Amino acid sequence: MDSCPSVKNILLLDSEGKRVAVKYYSDDWPTNSAKEAFEKAVFTKTQKTNARTEAEIAMFENNIIVYKFVQDLHFYVTGSEDESELILATVLQGFFDAVGILLRGNVDKREALENLDLILLCIDEIVDGGIILETDANSIASKVASHSIDSGAPLSEQTISQALATAREHLTRSLLK
Amino acid sequence: MAQPLVKKDDDRDDEVDYSPFLGIEKGAVLQEARVFNDPQLDTRRCSQVITKLLYLLNQGETLTKVEATEVFFAVTKLFQSKDIGLRRMVYLMIKELSPSADEVIIVTSSLMKDMNSRTDMYRANAIRVLCRITDGTLLTQIERYLKQAIVDKSPVVASAALVSGIHLLQTNPEIVKRWSNEVQEAVQSRAALVQFHALALLHQIRQNDRLAVNKLVTSLTKGSIRSPLAQCLLIRYTSQVIRESGVNPQTGDRPFYDYLEGCLRHKAEMVIYEAAKAITELSNVTARELTPAITVLQLFLSSSKPVLRFAAVRTLNKVAMTHPMAVTNCNIDMESLISDQNRSIATLAITTLLKTGNESSVDRLMKQITNFMSDIADEFKIVVVEAIRSLCLKFPLKYRSLMNFLSNILREEGGFEYKKAIVDSIVILIRDIPDAKESGLLHLCEFIEDCEFTYLSTQILHFLGNEGPKTSDPSKYIRYIYNRVILENATVRASAVSTLAKFGALVDPLKPRIFVLLRRCLFDNDDEVRDRATLYLNTLGDGSVTETDKAVKEFLFGSLDIPLTNLETSLKNYLRDPAEEPFDLYSVPKEVKSQSFAEKKAPSKKPTGLSAQPAAPTSAPDAYERLLSSIPEFASFGKLFKSSAPVELTEAETEYAVNVVKHIFDRHVVFQYNCTNTIPEQCLENVTVIVDASEAEEFAEVGTKPLKSLPYDTPAQTFVAFEKPEGVPAVGKFSNVLRFTVKEVDPSTGEAEDDGVEDEYQLEDFEVVAADYILKLGVSNFKNAWENMDPASERVDEYGLGPRESLAEAVNAVIILLGMHPCEGTEVVPSNSRSHTCLLSGVYIGNVKVLVRLSFGIDGTKEVAMKLAVRSEDESVSEAIHEIVASG
Repeated sequence: MDSCPSVKNILLLDSEGKRVAVKYYSDDWPTNSAKEAFEKAVFTKTQKTNARTEAEIAMFENNIIVYKFVQDLHFYVTGSEDESELILATVLQGFFDAVGILLRGNVDKREALENLDLILLCIDEIVDGGIILETDANSIASKVASHSIDSGAPLSEQTISQALATAREHLTRSLLK
Repeated sequence: MAQPLVKKDDDRDDEVDYSPFLGIEKGAVLQEARVFNDPQLDTRRCSQVITKLLYLLNQGETLTKVEATEVFFAVTKLFQSKDIGLRRMVYLMIKELSPSADEVIIVTSSLMKDMNSRTDMYRANAIRVLCRITDGTLLTQIERYLKQAIVDKSPVVASAALVSGIHLLQTNPEIVKRWSNEVQEAVQSRAALVQFHALALLHQIRQNDRLAVNKLVTSLTKGSIRSPLAQCLLIRYTSQVIRESGVNPQTGDRPFYDYLEGCLRHKAEMVIYEAAKAITELSNVTARELTPAITVLQLFLSSSKPVLRFAAVRTLNKVAMTHPMAVTNCNIDMESLISDQNRSIATLAITTLLKTGNESSVDRLMKQITNFMSDIADEFKIVVVEAIRSLCLKFPLKYRSLMNFLSNILREEGGFEYKKAIVDSIVILIRDIPDAKESGLLHLCEFIEDCEFTYLSTQILHFLGNEGPKTSDPSKYIRYIYNRVILENATVRASAVSTLAKFGALVDPLKPRIFVLLRRCLFDNDDEVRDRATLYLNTLGDGSVTETDKAVKEFLFGSLDIPLTNLETSLKNYLRDPAEEPFDLYSVPKEVKSQSFAEKKAPSKKPTGLSAQPAAPTSAPDAYERLLSSIPEFASFGKLFKSSAPVELTEAETEYAVNVVKHIFDRHVVFQYNCTNTIPEQCLENVTVIVDASEAEEFAEVGTKPLKSLPYDTPAQTFVAFEKPEGVPAVGKFSNVLRFTVKEVDPSTGEAEDDGVEDEYQLEDFEVVAADYILKLGVSNFKNAWENMDPASERVDEYGLGPRESLAEAVNAVIILLGMHPCEGTEVVPSNSRSHTCLLSGVYIGNVKVLVRLSFGIDGTKEVAMKLAVRSEDESVSEAIHEIVASG
């Protein structure tokens, strides 16, 4: 309680409780089977609740879990029972919204798997080793998508299609704002 | 944006289980990873392969050591590419592979180059990756860059360096501590998250320096913190400072309270909540201090956000345990939460209401709860049952409706834990509310008529045997008990036989009938049941052997005065190497292991880096005993009576960490100094502790056992033994100096130089106190134990304890002074109570059992008075206890 707020794990599961992307920061669940058991238990416990408009919350095995669902995707953030519920909820909201921006509003399992690299980078930008790195969805998304060619690289190394992609990227982003 | 990993099929919309990773396989992906070696890199393809690898790892697939090494080397080739997206995936992959030290070298130069890149994302990520995989030696090389990065104008880079600093502090504290100035500058950053990370790191660097933390809090609470997260941190640090500094005795004001109260008006909910929570957790918080916090929490109760409602109701629930009156204002909002969609919130609301409700509202509440119980999970039901139990103890007059409620839910469906909670509650109510006894016992009897849990049946039968015979009409229970002998499994049958015997022993009119029933049990097909029946028939006087009445009762009702866990370990040890002689019950240590609670909780809490001391080298008494008896000099001292908890003789984070354990024997004491050397460049030899016992007149030094060598970070012990008068609780103060020969060690080879220098190190003083001569020993039923002691041994006197901060503090001080075991939870003082009774038990040196009953009272000026009543097996010991208190 005297220390820095910390996150124990971030989970993104599908509508059957299967993993889309997960990241654990604490050693409470040392093995893969322990992790899977935890995910299953959390999923079953929260499955019937309606967490589509507002983030919901549950206590489980001395942990606090905040969660939010959209389409066939279930977002979870876990912290210890001493952790502030609202801080965990802020992390969840950052994750949830950032994924929304990165997937351009088409947030479902298929889209998430097709852009798994973005999801993994996104998780990497939110929490580092349990410490909250960033909670603002726009900042997270822009860090993940800060793109594609090193600005230091000479222009000649860009192929035409890459240049076009970059241009299109800039256009869509300006439209999204 | 990344491209789909598989070509789009036209009909893929119809496919339910479509996944770009369908049928993916480790072997094939590892084959694909060969593209990393192509001279002309296809960046998109490489990205895809890394994603696939990460996907596999994420799904729980593992790579063998060889596979991981191969992938790692292949991935390092990708540093050639200038594609940011690919580089980011490379970073992720390296972190995921967590390469070994010799592999790290391969990527170090590439990462160091990225750390100096002009691109912020490269700098930030390279720092995070490098700090994650690096070890101490490399850290000194990159330290300069990290210090620079902390004050980098890009917030991403600064945060990356600060967060890495927080992680590195655990492993390389001495390096990170040198960054204080830069970190301090970063606290003033305009970027919200940088401020947050800098504050977290700064506090961790200074956490052992109370004054520095105090200064930090004082300067920052004046208001230069903008980030809500940083503000939350500051609130946590502030409440820590408040805890340590206490209330100003003159004005009654609490330092920094105004700051916390100000945070209640912050615009971020996160900060408001953190401040409200901090206020409710202040020690000895007054009603006036609580009110503003309760008001904001009450507002949260009607929020549309479940998380906010949950946070508020959970905090109020905690407040209700100590200050029920403060929460009653929220009762209306709370009642509307009973029907909350989120069952966790509903349960918390119910239990809060049960704590704050008054006598007249009980019936209405029970009605609401009855509807609610059917649709919540078992774990919530248990919470409700526990709340009802405490409510019933609070309003004994309402036992009828509450007991009815419990018996109703006992009849419904439910798992073991839930049923156990109900049974436990009924048992406690029967014990504490005499009027509830008869109806409660009947409820339990009905329950065991149809109970699927052997454990619960036997528990109830045991309880019935103790309580049933004392009721007005014991005969009505016999039917239920004998039914068990006919209908149940062997375990339950055996305990039913014991219960029957107890009725026979206590109720003479029933004796002949009990004999008839017990004789029938002689033909049971289970050994244990037959054996018990035979044994009881004989002890109760049906057979040839007749015991005296008192012996029979002692046999049936007497409790085992040994902690069961100790008995279990002793029996296990006995079985491991079976000896010729039979197991001796008296060889079981009687000391209650007070750390058993801590152990239970331990797995869920990992030690937080530096603040966690290395665990004492096994604190179990038998481990000490083994250790001491292995030292020939001390072998003649006889049986170890008690070992104290370790007492620290050095401050945290000094060069040498030393603590002492006091071992008490009949005529000797042995001090065990546990020493740890925390300097890698040194090795200590011939370590002894020079003890000055001039302030401990009754002690005479008889021997020391020096420590030959104390290498870095390997705790070891040195001993000093003293002689003292036999059986007398001699007390005294000891001052200590650590004397040793110090030798320089070459860190690269680990070899010590030949010549050493003699040196001394001052340790803190410690005392042998009266409590060291008293063993903590719990009794299961204090009242019985008290009544069984000879009243002639009782010594009563009254003491004035002078002004005290609170009643709880006074009670605690006396418990620590006597070093005895508090019984039946009486060490907890309800807040605001003006009087309290505390029950203690223990064993005095010479194996004399002692029981203590303490009655405390506090008046308006905080003057505490105490009445001390002692009973023991030896009158002189009763007097000795009084002497301890009188002189303490």
